[in-house]
Amino acid sequence: MDRNPKISIRDFNFFFDKKQVIFDLNLDISKNEIFAVFGPAGSGITTLLRALNRLVEMTSDAKAQGEILLDGKSIYSENMNVTDLRRKVGMVFDVPTPLPISIFENIVYGPRLSGIRNKSELNDIAEKALREAALWDDVKDRLNIAAMSLSGGQQQRLCIARVLALKPEVVLLDRPCSGLDPISTAKIEESLIQLKKQFTIIIAPHNIQQAARISDRAAFMLLGHLIEEGTNEDIFVKANKDSRTNDYITGRFG
Amino acid sequence: MNLTAQTREKIAKTFIWAAAVLVLAVLTAIIADILIKGLPVINFSFLTEIPRSMGRAGGVASPIVGTVLITLLAVTIAVPFGIGTALYLAEYTKDGIITRLIRFSAESLAGIPSIVYGLFGFIFFVIYLGLGWSILSGGLTLAFMILPTIIRTAEEAIRSVPLSFREASYSLGATKTQTIFKVVFPSAIRGITNGIILSVGRCIAETAAVMLTAGSALQLPSSILDPTRTMAVHFYILAVEGISAENAYGTAALLIILIFLINVVANMLVNRFVAKGR
Repeated sequence: MDRNPKISIRDFNFFFDKKQVIFDLNLDISKNEIFAVFGPAGSGITTLLRALNRLVEMTSDAKAQGEILLDGKSIYSENMNVTDLRRKVGMVFDVPTPLPISIFENIVYGPRLSGIRNKSELNDIAEKALREAALWDDVKDRLNIAAMSLSGGQQQRLCIARVLALKPEVVLLDRPCSGLDPISTAKIEESLIQLKKQFTIIIAPHNIQQAARISDRAAFMLLGHLIEEGTNEDIFVKANKDSRTNDYITGRFG
Repeated sequence: MNLTAQTREKIAKTFIWAAAVLVLAVLTAIIADILIKGLPVINFSFLTEIPRSMGRAGGVASPIVGTVLITLLAVTIAVPFGIGTALYLAEYTKDGIITRLIRFSAESLAGIPSIVYGLFGFIFFVIYLGLGWSILSGGLTLAFMILPTIIRTAEEAIRSVPLSFREASYSLGATKTQTIFKVVFPSAIRGITNGIILSVGRCIAETAAVMLTAGSALQLPSSILDPTRTMAVHFYILAVEGISAENAYGTAALLIILIFLINVVANMLVNRFVAKGR
């Protein structure tokens, strides 16, 4: 057990109106690991990721119970600044969500909001983020074109670069490769493995193979319940503790 | 009937084409008629002289000034309030009795004949507030008239901004206000501008409401408290009272050109400044 987990989820329940979507969840996520949370649709995984940066509050009637601690501090406490939290806990969505502005403006959107005005500093941030997301060589000569004109894979790498430009501590990825071709997917996975040296990465993989390929540890969720968690080897190589995990991984249901 | 799918397709296509061609033909005929009869009247002195002997001679300088001032005034007043209301309805409240009431009022107001606005403006601004027949009374009245259109079009434009833009903005650490001004509003600007252009067109074309509130004075106004005459009113009086069909056509042609120019310029401005990268 990690004594100083980056994120610690304690007795966490989540409701939309009266419908409960996450039940009594307890989970620790360590620094600099890739943690995969997988399971069939409707397991509450997207809700869990969105609860970690409180984006879930955009939905009305959303109610959280229990605690999520980031470096030991409750993110649902009243003195937690939500915009600060979202800069620390960046998010990449299941479909690319470039803003309708140029590539450069997309990258510096977050840094600008946090008060960075210096043009050369912004240029440096943009270049560094694009390099880390393996997009720099594709776009370095056309940073001022519309982000929407990039291909789907490039757009998703742009979204990753945009999160990296925030210098986050945790990066949440909600099925980031679900609409992408295998080559783009491989590029993104390579970037993620590089990036875990700097961040903690929590990913909802778009399939089990991806979870097996890139995760250090993984958790299997079903209908809002945590069924099993463990190291990559525990979950994908050794015999599972819970037969449902094994059934899902081997494709007996899902 | 036992028609094949292909035959039905042909019949449908023919109808749709016929409808489009018919509408275009009627529009073209009207515009051509006005331009053919009106353009020869327009020259430098027509644009720069004020009307003489009730508009039989001279130009339309003062009606041009009156039209521009009243329209500018109305738009300047209505746009901030209209967009503010639209933002409130689309972003800051949940659907409830109050929003439904505001929306219902706006919809009802949009359907009221302009002469009713004119009567209201006459009683309230001209007489009760003592503003008299003036550019100010006319501008205020037209502002009320176009407000519903601006609210409706702006609200629709704001609502059609994809949720993913907002989510992306929030997830990058933006507050609600930052999201609205940096992402939502710029994305909606094209729809909002369309509503404004539509409203400008209605202001320029409005006759009844301005006649009742701004009067029909022929001299150049020296302040916004002076009465004036817009081009539409001028055209109406020239035509109805049989003063000068020639100058009426000239004024009408000028109106069409003006509205066309406003459309082109507004679109250019949007493309140039706001829509960059979109």
